[in-house]
Amino acid sequence: MKFGVVVFPGSNRDHDAWYAISKVLGQDCEIIWHDATNLGNVDALILPGGFSYGDYLRCGAIAKFSPVMQSIRKFADDGGLVLGICNGFQILVEGGLLPGALVRNRGLKFICKHVPLSVETANCPFTLEATKGQRLSVPIAHGEGCYIADERTLDQLEAEDRVTLRYLENPNGSLRNIAGILNAGRNVMGLMPHPEDAIEPLMGSTDGLVVFRSMVAALVAAQ
Amino acid sequence: MTPQVIEAHQLTDSEYDKIVSLLGREPTYTELGIFSVMWSEHCSYKSSRIHLKKLPTRSKLVLQGPGENAGIIDIGDGYAIAFKIESHNHPSFIEPFQGAATGVGGILRDIFTMGARPIAVMDAIRFGPLGIPRNRRILEGVVSGIAHYGNCFGVPTVGGECVFEDCYNGNPLVNAFALGVFRKDEVFYGKATGVGNPVIYVGAKTGRDGIHGASMASAEFTEESKQKRPNVQVGDPFLEKLLLEACLEAMQTGAIVGIQDMGAAGLTCSTCEMGSRAGTGVEIDLQYVPQRETGMTPYEIMLSESQERMLLVADKGREAEVFAVFHKWGLDAVTVGHVTPDGILRVKDHGKIVAEIPNRALADEAPVYDRPHTKPARLAPLEAPSIQDRSAPGVLRADLKALLSSGDLCSKRWIWEQYDHLVRSSTLAGPTADAAIVRVKETGTSIAMSLDGNGRYCALDPREGTKLMVAECCRNVSTSGALPVAATNNLNFGNPERPEIMAQLVESIEGMAEACEFFETPITGGNVSLYNETLGEAIFPTPVMGIVGLMKTAQPTPIHFPEAGLDLILLGGFGSCDATHFGGTQYAKVILDNLWGLPPTLDMRYEKAVHRAIREIISAKVAAAAHDISDGGLAIALCESSFGPAGVGAHIDIPAGMRPEFLLFHEGPSRIIIATSQPENVLDIARENSVEALRIGVTMKERLRIDCDSETLLDCDLTELRQPWETSLERLLHQQ
Repeated sequence: MKFGVVVFPGSNRDHDAWYAISKVLGQDCEIIWHDATNLGNVDALILPGGFSYGDYLRCGAIAKFSPVMQSIRKFADDGGLVLGICNGFQILVEGGLLPGALVRNRGLKFICKHVPLSVETANCPFTLEATKGQRLSVPIAHGEGCYIADERTLDQLEAEDRVTLRYLENPNGSLRNIAGILNAGRNVMGLMPHPEDAIEPLMGSTDGLVVFRSMVAALVAAQ
Repeated sequence: MTPQVIEAHQLTDSEYDKIVSLLGREPTYTELGIFSVMWSEHCSYKSSRIHLKKLPTRSKLVLQGPGENAGIIDIGDGYAIAFKIESHNHPSFIEPFQGAATGVGGILRDIFTMGARPIAVMDAIRFGPLGIPRNRRILEGVVSGIAHYGNCFGVPTVGGECVFEDCYNGNPLVNAFALGVFRKDEVFYGKATGVGNPVIYVGAKTGRDGIHGASMASAEFTEESKQKRPNVQVGDPFLEKLLLEACLEAMQTGAIVGIQDMGAAGLTCSTCEMGSRAGTGVEIDLQYVPQRETGMTPYEIMLSESQERMLLVADKGREAEVFAVFHKWGLDAVTVGHVTPDGILRVKDHGKIVAEIPNRALADEAPVYDRPHTKPARLAPLEAPSIQDRSAPGVLRADLKALLSSGDLCSKRWIWEQYDHLVRSSTLAGPTADAAIVRVKETGTSIAMSLDGNGRYCALDPREGTKLMVAECCRNVSTSGALPVAATNNLNFGNPERPEIMAQLVESIEGMAEACEFFETPITGGNVSLYNETLGEAIFPTPVMGIVGLMKTAQPTPIHFPEAGLDLILLGGFGSCDATHFGGTQYAKVILDNLWGLPPTLDMRYEKAVHRAIREIISAKVAAAAHDISDGGLAIALCESSFGPAGVGAHIDIPAGMRPEFLLFHEGPSRIIIATSQPENVLDIARENSVEALRIGVTMKERLRIDCDSETLLDCDLTELRQPWETSLERLLHQQ
């Protein structure tokens, strides 16, 4: 399978994502520059963590205007798998591919630590190798990861089984403990935790692997 | 030039005379400004230089020692690391957030200007007591500044230390360390070689910020210092991230022959140092320098310390390749001049010469002073006060809790959780470990690193205190399983023009030289920060060491006890202590509110044997946990090892003889606590290294119990100890 990691100016977990895909999963991985208009023949996209454009405005608010976003939108509309991690999640939300918003953490501070998560649905390409209710230990590293949306949107996300991950000990004030969500087509997922930083025993946890393995399994099944 | 102008540039009359004789004429105003920054203490090391020569700087692994942007060590398999520490004390006092942020930014540039990709940052920070609101504000600002810069740039902040002392009240210390990795055949130097080659300016535009920052860092603080806020630069970590990627990419083109960051003294320092190192001259015209303000004078442009800028020299004719990379990253890159054969820094403004100075005069012929030094002044009485018996169980328990909630010993989680310590997915051991460990993914090697300082020990005896600090730093690295191989130093002292302060500096450097020689950790670079005084009050002599070690990449041994029922072995033994050598301990500070006597006694040969033993124990995989004993002594080390995720404490038995308070809280070196399921193997390795090793107890679920001679001194639920330790810093910060 061929993955693409989209690099915006200021992305800084691009290397982590690339390492996870190419070195740990052994899949092809291509770096895609933010002004690319052609995604090539990738099977899945990852928007990595970081501080795109310094995040001096709202996180992701400038990145959504990058030329590559048009191609990403089309890729997603055509059913391609798109995973937005941390800043990638913020960009997908700003770009309208996912609902809601990500605002300053409740404690107003950046937080970096391992947090316990629960898998809320296994019914999507990003968690199909997990089981519902499975507990994962994956790190977070963000200052603006508090997920908010209006009640109607939150109810809709729950009703349509689009909440993929929840915090078991809410670190940032996210409404309904939401850590990860899907779009209506279930082919785009955004999450604040960093599964790419929990994929080898040396990283202290391998629980993040399930996300990438699920994506590979989904792509293989679709072939 | 009037005497007032000369004095305002912090130049003495004799220094001014030297300038006139080097130039053969009076300097212009711009030239005077250029000399004043290059000959400032910060840039020229004029007070410390003759003593720094005493430090060992070589070993088989040292590829680059002091004098470049950072030191370089060979780590094998074709790879090398560059690392260095630097202070940003003065700016952090004036403007804590930006001061600390740009401190991190500056040291990162020192690393990637050599071609290395930064993979770790650590910070040693020191403040006045948190009872004073201003110190709380400074700490919060410094921590957010470090977090802001490192997190956005994308380098993990993996460790450091945070200490409180009255003497840092008007003069906080912010020392930032950075380490990067690269192929050893892809090292870049700050040399302007190749006559006719273009000199190219890249990165941020030049503004009026930071003018005279280097001179500010070379003066004491007075009431007027607070007015110097415009001297502090403003950092932009996003721009620096782009600069990093662009520089590393441009270096791959092969068109760059030399590169240097613009740090202290900005364009001035980079131009004359690059020329001086290569034995060439550099000619630039300021009209081409990108500027973000209008009407800047040549003086201001040359002295600006605007951040995130680099100067590079490219192969003539290949400028376009370099420009293409920088433009891809959206950065300014313009040719501002060229390399000349005449060894002169020639600065023009729209073709008109505004400064013309031999490079060597600026970079290498700065005055060197052998400042008078007496004996270090005794900052505390030598004699011990009478110390009441505080070993009754109730008192001991209360004292232990008081120590655990003290600023120096309490958990620093509130600080390091704000730092991204995991980005790059290479951090094997982070802020809670004795030494941080970061793996180099390209090879099978990991780098262990530790930052240590101890102002109290050095206040009691600068020479011995410094040796103890080197020993502890090496012990931390060894306890993680790595072999210490090199060091970087940050010397934070008061006003060197006072002989008793100069004496502290000399004693400390000589102690460092002796210890670094003995522990085989040559100094590959560092920083000297003098004039750390406010209103005539000097800080404790506070040298800080950063030591790096090498190890095979492997699952690190935790400091936390993983399970109950393991044997506890005290490697190195209980050590010895008397009242005189107890005066520098945390117990003396927190419980007795006092400082006296001498620092602990160090036997360097024994210390080194302990390091060797623990490395063998770690590599034989017979330790389930290992933790170095330092601040707070045995009792605090036991607590720290008990505060892990497993909730496992300890039950130990200590011998009668030494006073229990001394035995539990003395800070004698050369000791490590080990939890093991294979005690015989641990004892064997200790014996082979002629190191004492004692079975002192076992690990135990959820409790800490200390018996002495079949009497119970302490028996306590871990939660009762852990709670104050964990919540103390936040409580101190949020007090009203």
